[in-house]
Amino acid sequence: MTIENTTMETSTPREIVLQVNNLKKYFPIKRGVFQTKVGDVKAVDGVSFEVFKGETLGLVGESGCGKTTTGRTIIRLYEPTAGHVDFMGADMAQLRGEELRNIRKRMQMIFQDPYASLNPRMSVLKIVGEPLEVFHVANREERKERVAELLEMVGLNPDFMRRYPHEFSGGQRQRIGLARALALNPEMIICDEPISALDVSIQAQVVNLLEELQDKLGLTYIFIAHDLSMVRHISDRVAVMYLGKIVELTTREELYQHPLHPYTEALLSAVPVPDPVVEEQRKRILLEGDLPSPANPPHGCNFNTRCPKAFELCFQEEPEYLEVKPGHFCACHLVKP
Amino acid sequence: MNMTVQTSSVDTAPPLWQMRLKLALKNFKSGWAIFKENPIGIIGLVLIVFFALLAALHPILMATAWEPAVYDPITGYDFEILIHPSPPTWIPQPDNPMWEFSFRHVLGTDPLGRDVLSQLMFSTRSEFLLGVGAALVTVLIATTIGAVAAYYGGLVDMIFMRIADVVYMLPFIALLIVLSSLFDFELIHLALVYGVLAGFGGTTIVIKSQALTIKVKAYIEAARIAGGNDLHIIFTHLVPNLLPLSFLYMMFTVTGAIFSEAVLSFFGLLDIRMSWGLMIQTAQAAGYLLNSWKYWYLMFPSGVAITLLCAAFYLVGRALDEVVNPRLRKR
Repeated sequence: MTIENTTMETSTPREIVLQVNNLKKYFPIKRGVFQTKVGDVKAVDGVSFEVFKGETLGLVGESGCGKTTTGRTIIRLYEPTAGHVDFMGADMAQLRGEELRNIRKRMQMIFQDPYASLNPRMSVLKIVGEPLEVFHVANREERKERVAELLEMVGLNPDFMRRYPHEFSGGQRQRIGLARALALNPEMIICDEPISALDVSIQAQVVNLLEELQDKLGLTYIFIAHDLSMVRHISDRVAVMYLGKIVELTTREELYQHPLHPYTEALLSAVPVPDPVVEEQRKRILLEGDLPSPANPPHGCNFNTRCPKAFELCFQEEPEYLEVKPGHFCACHLVKP
Repeated sequence: MNMTVQTSSVDTAPPLWQMRLKLALKNFKSGWAIFKENPIGIIGLVLIVFFALLAALHPILMATAWEPAVYDPITGYDFEILIHPSPPTWIPQPDNPMWEFSFRHVLGTDPLGRDVLSQLMFSTRSEFLLGVGAALVTVLIATTIGAVAAYYGGLVDMIFMRIADVVYMLPFIALLIVLSSLFDFELIHLALVYGVLAGFGGTTIVIKSQALTIKVKAYIEAARIAGGNDLHIIFTHLVPNLLPLSFLYMMFTVTGAIFSEAVLSFFGLLDIRMSWGLMIQTAQAAGYLLNSWKYWYLMFPSGVAITLLCAAFYLVGRALDEVVNPRLRKR
C-alpha cells in the first residue's frame, strides 16, 4: 500500500528536467569501394519521453533494442540524426563545442563495464579528479579534498585515491566511476547498465548506493538495464523499448501490474517470481522468432513479426504512441484511450 | 569526527610520487621477469652493455694508457711500425723479422697508420647517439601522429596514412644518398632525417593501429563525458597507453639508423670524422677490401660491430615485444 502512495506522488505534475522529442539515431550502412550509403540501421527511431526532477526513469528492452544508444545520444556521445533533447533550458542535440562541454557539468554518465571505463594508468585521485581538473574548478589541494569527500560518499576509503584501478573489484570500480560522475555535482546521471557486469550480491549494493545518493543529492537518473526485477526496484517510471521505439511508458506499478502492450506482457512473463506456488502457475508468453534487423524493420507495427495478437491493421499501419491513460503511454493498435 | 580522521590519514599517506615510483618499480619487475625468460633479449642486452662499455672506456684509455699522438682515432700515426696497414701485433708474422709479441695494436692499424681498436671504440659513442637520437625523433613523431590520426579518424587519418604509405614505400638508403649528396650531412642531420622518415612511415601505421584499439575503450568516452577536450584526451589518455609500444619501436629504429649510417659512411657521403662505416670506406678507398682474407682486420671489426649492435637492439626489441604484447607469450 505504501508503494501505491508514492506512485500517486510521482504521477502528479512536477518539474521536467529532460524532455526528449522524436529523437532519432541512424547509423549509416556503407558498402563497396566508394563507401556509398546503402541504408540505415535505425538504432533509435523517434523516441519521445520526459524525465521529472528527482525521479528514476528505467529504460528496458532486450539486447539491440536501442536503449543504450538512446542514452548515449542524449548525452551526445553519438550525434543525433534528428530530434530535440531539452535539458534544463538547453537543446542538448544542438549544442556545439564549449557549450556542449559545459553542459557536461550538469549531466553525467556511468558506464556498463567497470573494467574498461577506468584508465589503467591513472590513480583513483586522477580519475575521480579529472572532471574537476578539466573544468579548472579546484586547485590541487582542493581537488584532493573533494576526491576524498566523493570517495567517502560512494562508500570507499579516501586512502584508496592513491591506488590504481587494477587493485579494485568490479563493485569498487563501479563506485569509483560513480564518484567521478558525481564530482561536478550534476543534476542528472545516465546509468548505462551500471550493474549488469557485476555479481548479483554486488548489484544490490550499487543499486542501494544509487538510491541513497539520489535521496541525498536530489539526483535524476535514467537507468538503462535489461534486468526487469532490478528496474522494478529502482525506477519510478519505466519505458519499454522495442526495435528503436518506446512501446510503453508508465509508472512502475502500472507497468508491472497492468501492462498494456503485448511485448511488455511477454517481457514481464519471463521474470521469475520468488514464490514457488505462484511460479508454478506462472504462464510464460514465449515470443516466436528473433528481433528483426533494425536496418530493415517490418512494415506497419515493429512488433508484428512476433506479436501473438497481431491482426491485419498491424501489418499496414504503424501504431501511434499515445497517452492511453493519464501517465500511461502505449503504442499498440489494440490499446486505445 | 569520522571525516577528520579520514582526511588526516590521507595526509599521512606517502606522497603520490612515491606511490608512482612503487608502481613503476612493480611494473618494471613484472616486465623484467618476462624479459629475462627470453634468451634472445638477454643476449641483446649483454651486447648493448658490452658496446656501451667500449664507448665509455675509450676516453679513459686515451687519458691513461694510450698516447694521443699514436692512438688518436683520427690523427694518430704509429711511426714505429714501418708498413701500414699492419696486422694485430699479437699474431705471429713469420715473414717479418721485426715482429715481437705485444698488445700495442690489438686490432692492427689502418692504411693511414691509425689504431683500429681506438677507431672502433671512438665510433661506438656516436653510433649510440645517432641511434637513440633517431629513435627519439621517430617515437615523438609516430606517437603524436598515430594518436591524432586514430582519434580524429576521417580526413586527418586518411592524409597521414597516405603520407605514411608514401614514406614507407620510399627506398630509405637511396633517398639518404641523394639527400646527403645535395646537402652537408652531419650525424645530427642523419639522426633527424632518419627519425622523421621512420616516424612518418611504418612506425606511425603500427602505433595508429594500437591507438585505434585504445580509442574505443570506455575510459576515453568517460573522459569526454567528464568534459575533457580533444587535446586532453589525446595526451592524458591515448598517448600514455601507447608509450610501451612506442618504446618497442624505438629499439627497431635504432637498428635502422645505425645501418643507414654505415651505408652512407661507406659511400663517403656523411660529413663525419670517424665511424664504423667510414673505417670500411677507408679500407675500400685504399683498395684493401679486394683482399679481405689478408686484410681482415680493416673490415671485420667494424663490420662485426655494426652487425652485432644492430642485432642487439633488434633482439631487445623482440624480447620487449613479448613484454608489451601478452599474446606473444608462450604461457
